Amino acid sequence: MSVAASATASTSPVSAQEAYLDELFDKGILFDTGVDGLYGRSDVFEDVIQAFDRLITRYGAQDRATPIHFPPGISRPLFEKSGYMKSFPQLAGTVHSFMGGEADHCTLLAELEAGQDWTGQQTATDIVLTPAACYPLYPTVAKRGPLPVDGRLYDLQSYCFRHEPSKDPARMQMFRMREYVRIGSPEQVQAFRETWLERGQAMMGSLGVPLKVDLANDPFFGRAGRMLANNQRDTGLKFELLIPVTSEEKPTACLSFNYHQDHFGSLWNIPTHNGDVAHTACVGFGMERVALALFKHHGTDTAQWPQAVRQVLWG
Amino acid sequence: MNDKIRDILDQTAKLPVKAATLSDDADLHEAGLTSFASVQLMLALEDAFDIEFPEQMLNRRTFASIKAIQNAIAELTQTAA
Repeated sequence: MSVAASATASTSPVSAQEAYLDELFDKGILFDTGVDGLYGRSDVFEDVIQAFDRLITRYGAQDRATPIHFPPGISRPLFEKSGYMKSFPQLAGTVHSFMGGEADHCTLLAELEAGQDWTGQQTATDIVLTPAACYPLYPTVAKRGPLPVDGRLYDLQSYCFRHEPSKDPARMQMFRMREYVRIGSPEQVQAFRETWLERGQAMMGSLGVPLKVDLANDPFFGRAGRMLANNQRDTGLKFELLIPVTSEEKPTACLSFNYHQDHFGSLWNIPTHNGDVAHTACVGFGMERVALALFKHHGTDTAQWPQAVRQVLWG
Repeated sequence: MNDKIRDILDQTAKLPVKAATLSDDADLHEAGLTSFASVQLMLALEDAFDIEFPEQMLNRRTFASIKAIQNAIAELTQTAA
């Protein structure tokens, strides 16, 4: 365990987070870009991400999920329909571009030269940065018509964007999320979530990190959001697998297990084989967060990681 | 107040049944009140009764039945008066 880890008990969470971030920069694991939450990754970091990615596949392969590879952007009209702005307006990132003429360009350059705000003329494009890997999936599935009797299962991974700049290395603005998404009857999707609650704990336990699973809620916005968050907790719709990274008291959510009931099925009009509204559930893996938890608990030199952990990750 | 609550339920809660067919004690969540619809219901009740539900009341229990809603509104309007 690193020096910073053993010091967490006596330092505040914020300084513990900054200390870990500085350590990652110093050791060349991550690279500073000047923006909190936007970092370059070293080969060592990516090697851990890829090894963890393969580990997920080993646990999930038996279910024969259909992989779909989406870019890290989604259609703005579909994003608008998704209701994301109702629940998380503070996190969304929209893509804007310059669409003016030559005179507008001259104004823009003058503003840039003068160090003024030049972004006023930027206009929204048809693309919004993907906030969670599964967002582009539901409208895609809806287009395929009613589900087969067994429902469907998808395997997704995407860079995601959430506007929450922070010195906490585990709270990046651009990060990768892998997800298995189950779409089917309430029984099918709940069974899927139960399976992954077990599998997730077994999988992470094999990596030699302390963990616990706890009830959770999403960071819904405002007073309406408070109610959604309370409802989510009261009905047990979200669980997280937590690993202490820079704080024992506030461990980091590394995996999440979500049951959306018929929210997406009804929003996107996805019928089951018998015409009922489909239910959905997903298990999400925070790729960077898992890597950061491993570096924290086993050190920044992967060659020195416990043999059993190296065996699980690299064979 | 009871009729007004039932009207608001019909307008905002998107239940598969009319509020008139529900007893005061009927479980609204079982009757099909979703989490997102309960937010719409909460905001409409605040407008109609000129109240603001405090944070500790923003949960499923407050909106579990017509009677529960009636009790919550009574409590808030009494406090205001």
